[in-house]
Amino acid sequence: MENAELRRVTEEVRPRTVTTPPPIPNSQSQDPLKIGGLTLHSRVFLGTSRYPSLQSLLDSVEASGTELVTVSVRRVDLGAAGDKQSLLGALRSMTSASGRSLHMLPNTAGCYTAREAVLTAQLAREALETDLVKVEVIGDNETLYPDAVQLLKACSELVTDGFQVLAYCGDDPITARKLADVGCAAVMPLAAPIGSGMGLVNPYALRIIRELIEDVPLVVDAGLGTASDVAQAMELGYDGVLLNTAVSGAKHPAWMAAAIGHAAHAGRLAYRAGRISRRLYAQASTPDEGRIELGGA
Amino acid sequence: MTSTAIDITVNGTARTVPPGLTVDGLLRQLDHDPSIPGIAVAVADRVVRRANWSETLVPEGARVEIITAAQGG
Repeated sequence: MENAELRRVTEEVRPRTVTTPPPIPNSQSQDPLKIGGLTLHSRVFLGTSRYPSLQSLLDSVEASGTELVTVSVRRVDLGAAGDKQSLLGALRSMTSASGRSLHMLPNTAGCYTAREAVLTAQLAREALETDLVKVEVIGDNETLYPDAVQLLKACSELVTDGFQVLAYCGDDPITARKLADVGCAAVMPLAAPIGSGMGLVNPYALRIIRELIEDVPLVVDAGLGTASDVAQAMELGYDGVLLNTAVSGAKHPAWMAAAIGHAAHAGRLAYRAGRISRRLYAQASTPDEGRIELGGA
Repeated sequence: MTSTAIDITVNGTARTVPPGLTVDGLLRQLDHDPSIPGIAVAVADRVVRRANWSETLVPEGARVEIITAAQGG
């Protein structure tokens, strides 16, 4: 009885107000993302580390459609002049050959203190001639979880120094809000620990962060393992995704890069489409009216 | 009396260089053409802007960091 009543309630057809939607963007380039002064036509940001080869990295950049790649800041190898330049050189000659837009996003990976992160960012700005920086201040080597206190300090100083800061943070909504408040150009909570490939381990927290922060672009950074993780992040309303290991560690990196590009587009479309709410019982999609009847028993 | 050499540290390695060396000169001595883009230099934890390389002296005991972009996530 109770079930029958519940069913009746859930079966009520709600009147729908249908507004005319904008034309469906048939590629990511028709639904651009603005971060600071950048306009990006792909919502995928790609890391450049640990690919089987430089060619594999270049193929993955191409296949993903990304326009923003992360690089680290490391000491020049004084023993092997010219060799370390090849990453930057290869990325730049790739873009000049294809005419596509590719921005560098230097990171502060490996920094444990705000002081280290600030100097690393300033060196990156000088070397790469960009004021973009992904600020990463880790708390320990085992989890690579961000140190929220040092992170907030570093981001605050770098924003004051004129940087466009993309802050890699944990999935704590309060820290995320504070990073947005100090003027970060984007806030990038993790899905799971870096390189773990576990996907969205706490979609609840990520959803809260999205609801709390409507005014600053949000990117899910770290822990994504495959295309469905990317789609899920985008369906939560995130503006973009940043991945590295999911692509570079895949059996065929460029294939995964392509899958991720499609997933980001699919997830973004689904988010903008506005999904149905979840319900406990079935609801026939075919109407009952006009069903045939059989003769007497 | 002026010294004929000073001790500095470059990217974590101790080096002995002539006194009065500029950042520009140091890079040349390390076989790096300073005109090639993509690198940055810090002396004593402060970035030396590329425009100032030719006039900034590397002092005795300085810690010098020379960096570039590398693989990263």
